[in-house]
Amino acid sequence: MKHRAWFAAALLAAATATQAQAPIRIGTFLAVTGPAAFLGDPEQKTLELYVEKLNAAGGVLGRQLQLVAYDSAGDAEKARTFAKRLIEQDKVDLIVGGSTTGETMAVVPLIEQAGMPFISLAGAVVIVEPVKKWVFKTPHSDRQACQRIFVDMKARGTTRIALISGAGGFDKSMRAQCLGVAKDHGIEIVADESYGAGDTDMTAQLTKIKNTLGVQAVLNAGFGQGPAIVTKNYRQLSIGAPLYQSHGVASKQYIQLAGGAADGVRLPAAALLVAETLLDSDPQKKVVLGYKRDYEARFKSDVSTFGGHAWDGLMLAVEALKKAGSTDKARVRDALESVRGFMGTAGVFNYSPTDHVGLDVSGFRMLEIRKGDWTLAR
Amino acid sequence: MSAQFLQFLLAGLTVGAIYALVALGFSIIYNASHVINFAQGEFVMIGGMCTVWLANAGWPLPLAIAAAVLLAALLGLALAKLAVEPARGASVVTLIIITIGASILLRGLATIVWDKKYHALKPFSGEMPIHIGGATLLPQSLWVLGVTLVVVLLLSWFFGRTLLGKALLATSHNRLAAQLVGISVRRVLLVAFGLSAALGAVAGILIAPITFTSWDVGVMLGLKGFAAAVLGGMGSGPGAVVGGLALGIIEAMGAGYLSSAYKDALAFVIILAVLFFMPSGLLGQRSADRV
Repeated sequence: MKHRAWFAAALLAAATATQAQAPIRIGTFLAVTGPAAFLGDPEQKTLELYVEKLNAAGGVLGRQLQLVAYDSAGDAEKARTFAKRLIEQDKVDLIVGGSTTGETMAVVPLIEQAGMPFISLAGAVVIVEPVKKWVFKTPHSDRQACQRIFVDMKARGTTRIALISGAGGFDKSMRAQCLGVAKDHGIEIVADESYGAGDTDMTAQLTKIKNTLGVQAVLNAGFGQGPAIVTKNYRQLSIGAPLYQSHGVASKQYIQLAGGAADGVRLPAAALLVAETLLDSDPQKKVVLGYKRDYEARFKSDVSTFGGHAWDGLMLAVEALKKAGSTDKARVRDALESVRGFMGTAGVFNYSPTDHVGLDVSGFRMLEIRKGDWTLAR
Repeated sequence: MSAQFLQFLLAGLTVGAIYALVALGFSIIYNASHVINFAQGEFVMIGGMCTVWLANAGWPLPLAIAAAVLLAALLGLALAKLAVEPARGASVVTLIIITIGASILLRGLATIVWDKKYHALKPFSGEMPIHIGGATLLPQSLWVLGVTLVVVLLLSWFFGRTLLGKALLATSHNRLAAQLVGISVRRVLLVAFGLSAALGAVAGILIAPITFTSWDVGVMLGLKGFAAAVLGGMGSGPGAVVGGLALGIIEAMGAGYLSSAYKDALAFVIILAVLFFMPSGLLGQRSADRV
């Protein structure tokens, strides 16, 4: 009788002990391979690196973090399948992922139905507009990119521009946003071309733009290898007007692919890319420089803002977990929504019930590519 | 207006030359065995990816190109020897499915040996655009057109003047008669595959500096090369060239004057149109069956 009691007590103690040690499961699905690989690859590397660092420092809430990662290859269907798996089979506590807008939007209905806190790493504003209860995002939205670009154009006296965009979710969304906010900034869009997802030659569309009268600048809304080809074709056709890209090309891979043609291209991007040249008094410098050094030391390759978005997502998730004091999904969500003044690589985050982007335009710097490297545009 | 037309024409000719090379690969294998080799696109991919890999490893470009073409040819021979030959007696459909399986295998191997990223190859002679009558042309496009012309001339010499080439042609006309005359049709099959793979690799290397190369470029290029071969007449050498150039120009004009969003659709609409109205293509031979 006594033995049985001891035995039962020992089992109970063991059970509660393992319960306390159960790791916090963070799920992610990223486009590590495929056309959006230069988004997903640094995102995955960043998440792995920082989960490791956080665990080495004792974990969160006394528990270790466990990353459950899947490669969606930029395919919205696969993203849905993996998200379902994360929610139903892997039973993760929250999800930080979704490299592209298409993948994120495909997953949103599942997220809302399951009541899973989800921090997306994709760009388009439709992800958070209208505000969805469980969906947050870390990159600047495409509308903010349009606004930042238009502000820069207006400052340089440019008023008539041409737009060229691809077929993906982010491309179409940014195009719609730019068409929508152009008038507010005094910009007139006189040409609007598009290319297909796997297109390898955009000279036809650019030729039409070249022959449109009065075009003072060209804006390419897209990410992946499409903008790299547009950039190469742009130089081939010797179009003199300045070329603007979105923050979807904020990776050295874009410069590698486009080669010398990328010189002179302007884009809005996080200060992360020019971390060393920031003034010491810049409030962003500490965070971006720290992340840049960690990432480059470990992976021996240049940082991109996409890895930065993943850092922001993970650290915001950790912040929310700490604030909530548990992994209860509703509490974590509420904690996330109440985050204020959090310094990320993209800027200061201030989430609220009406704002699940959190960033304002101040974190967005205008960069110019010169001699194959990022510089602050003059 | 005419500068724009010229621009589209030049773009169409460049990509059309690539389609022509791929289509030639399809036609040569079809001639030797009545098999449509859907792994042809993968040879294009292997040519480009292997050259990028070797060039990045420090090999001088001409050596990297030669090695890549050789690798593709060897893989073509392996495909013939290990996958097609053992299934000699099977139906044509079975053989086609085998080649589709081989293409999936080659794509998978490419992601393991190399990676899934996009790669750019340095243009052979610089990127300064050449201005012609209001349109611009990349020097690389001149390479594409020039090398394609040389290859087509070499092939016509091969098929017209060498014994091996004539043996290939003989096999395509009448297999039994060729066997009776002492031509080893097995060797002909091997040569056909090796040659087509080499042609595909050359196409992939020529186009890699203009469009980027990655593990899955073979899918679209292979399908469009197939469309070009069907357009020109499957099995006809001149047909492959004409079909390739025609498809390239139609695509460029369609993208320029109609809609750039449906560029890819044009190739497949053409396959449908040809199969409905003109199944033997522009220059193909009308086949007749004795009943």
